[in-house]
Amino acid sequence: MTLISSPASGPAVSARVSEIVAANAGREGPLLPILHEIQQEFGHVPEDAVQVIAEGLNLGRAEVHGVISFYHDFRKLPAGRHVLKICRAEACQSMGSEALGERARAKLGLDWGETSADGRVTLEPIFCLGLCACAPAAMLDGELRARLDEASLDALLKEARA
Amino acid sequence: MKLHLPADAAAKALGAEKVAAALKAEAQKRGIALELIRNGSRGMIWLEPLLELATPQGRFAFGPMTPEAVSAFFDDPAAHPLALGRTEDLPWLKRQTRLTFARCGVIDPLDLADYEAHEGLAGLRRALEMEKPALVQEVTESGLRGRGGAGFPTGIKWKTVSEAPGPKKYIVCNADEGDSGTFADRIIMEGDPFTLIEGMIIAGLATGAEQGYVYIRSEYPDAVNVMSKAVEIGRAAGLLGRSVLGSERAFDMEVRVGAGAYVCGEETSLLNSLEGKRGIVRAKPPLPALQGFLGRPTVVNNVISLATVPIILARGAQFYKDFGIGRSRGTIPLQIAGNVRYGGLFETAFGLSLREIVEDIGGGTASGRPVKAVQIGGPLGAYFPQALFETPFGYEEYAGQGGLIGHAGLVVFDDRADMLQMARFAMEFCAVESCGKCTPCRIGAVRGVETVDRIARGDRRAVGILKDLCETMKSGSLCALGGFTPYPVMSALTHFPEDFARAQEAAE
Ligand SMILES: Cc1cc2nc3c(=O)[nH]c(=O)nc-3n(C[C@H](O)[C@H](O)[C@H](O)COP(=O)(O)O)c2cc1C
Ligand code: SF4
Ligand code: FES
Repeated sequence: MTLISSPASGPAVSARVSEIVAANAGREGPLLPILHEIQQEFGHVPEDAVQVIAEGLNLGRAEVHGVISFYHDFRKLPAGRHVLKICRAEACQSMGSEALGERARAKLGLDWGETSADGRVTLEPIFCLGLCACAPAAMLDGELRARLDEASLDALLKEARA
Repeated sequence: MKLHLPADAAAKALGAEKVAAALKAEAQKRGIALELIRNGSRGMIWLEPLLELATPQGRFAFGPMTPEAVSAFFDDPAAHPLALGRTEDLPWLKRQTRLTFARCGVIDPLDLADYEAHEGLAGLRRALEMEKPALVQEVTESGLRGRGGAGFPTGIKWKTVSEAPGPKKYIVCNADEGDSGTFADRIIMEGDPFTLIEGMIIAGLATGAEQGYVYIRSEYPDAVNVMSKAVEIGRAAGLLGRSVLGSERAFDMEVRVGAGAYVCGEETSLLNSLEGKRGIVRAKPPLPALQGFLGRPTVVNNVISLATVPIILARGAQFYKDFGIGRSRGTIPLQIAGNVRYGGLFETAFGLSLREIVEDIGGGTASGRPVKAVQIGGPLGAYFPQALFETPFGYEEYAGQGGLIGHAGLVVFDDRADMLQMARFAMEFCAVESCGKCTPCRIGAVRGVETVDRIARGDRRAVGILKDLCETMKSGSLCALGGFTPYPVMSALTHFPEDFARAQEAAE
């Protein structure tokens, strides 16, 4: 297994993307569901997918690119094996999330939005998880954590680096 | 033994899954037959995970539950150190008027029979007997205003769509809930999804729309999951589909997931996103009510607006209207958040003072330090100082103090908060989330960050520049992202000038 994952490409990708596009093309406003499904499958939206989507939905490539880049969720490159998102919005700030964010950055040696060189972990900011009454909050690989303090953050970082 | 333990995202984030596992293991060890219902949250987030034991005398609460405390719970529940007594006698619940959230935390969220047994579908059954104008009239008379932020009368919006010509119309539920300090949409979608479905069907009956979409932010995977399941269950049960509850009327709906863009909570940006486009804000007119999704007449309503419709139909407009103050009728789910001791969702009639909300209900700060400021209405809402704490909770009352109630989230800050930094954050957030359509927002917010930084370095003249910039953003922005970012900024500057003068003093 390689630690650093590279973007998916090639005929297999195009074939699978074609299937996803075909399955969704009849819906009203199919593009976001398609992009979500592709990202779910490949962990990112591969460059090779853009052409296939554009053709399938009768859109320009630039248009598809424009949509992908507009939304924070869609990745052009794969993320690390673990993705740690720390909430930086106001309610979490009121409970000290900025200091926890600093701590995470220092301990992981990463800035916001970066992936570690060994491909293990990506650190990202997120703006509200709806856990504002039990702040500060974070999400590790889709799993929620609340009322974080230094000790529980350290435990979380350990999981993230595993 | 019958137990309830929330599967709400906040309960899970506070360890509910470990408690559930411990309960199952312990029951098995003791050979006890366990019925564990995963309900929604009752909103008392500070007590989550809140375990409830069903008894002939009612449900008894235990919380916040931990895996370690499970064994003693099985030994003798009554003597357990986390025992809180009967759930419905808890003062925090007893003080509320739970209309929209009446079932939330009580029933099994995905059990349609349980839903019906608790007054569910009563509103829809009545609506099916009514003509469109009468239905619209009922909602108008209730005084219900949009809970998404702008406070526009729901009945009037429905009337426009109802009377708009066109073979195809839509009901779009705005579940983008991006405001920090808010989680009412999340809690009801996870805890009582059929209320929202019922509200959307009624909206369809009132306007002639037969298709609905719920646009849920991607940060809410649990809500997406529960809502999607509820829609499937609703279809299988004949609640949704060609013949709603066996009637001649059709309504179906689908769950759609956002992709991490705050501005997509703005209704026209949301519609673009739903259509598969960049979430750029559209100029109005045309109103979405006339030319919305795919250019067709569309109701866009917040989750809570729609989820409140069933009780209005079930009990009548007058019943709902009798709660509240002034032009703020009915109840509002306050979301008490941030640095607060008893945080959570508290549904009550409009009119409580901020002091009652923060001090009595919220119990002051979690840190035990003095309250410095409360931001109301999300990242576009104003910071209120103690001096404004007597303001009654209502749309006009807040507007009168240079604020807004927005989606009714309240974020409490203690005396360590640096309001200059909060003003900077507001500008930074606006810069990052701007859809880019208008210059005062896109460029102005970036200038705003720079200007706050100049003030932080002790540049006195920059204060005037910041004020001018806020004026420009207010008057020259197409939507409230650019237009209302001045609220948090100016309220911080006006009410907490000392935080903007610190560097200046140091420089002199
Ligand atoms: C930047 C921005 C973000 C918004 N976010 C939301 C949101 O997350 N949820 C919501 O219901 N309304 C949001 N709104 C308000 C909507 O534009 C719209 O007024 C609302 O969905 C109408 O529903 P209502 O009348 O039921 O409140 C937002 C507005 C702006 C300008
Ligand atoms: S104010 Fe900002 S977010 Fe709103 S339309 Fe203009 S640029 Fe877009
Ligand atoms: S502000 Fe962090 S969860 Fe809402």
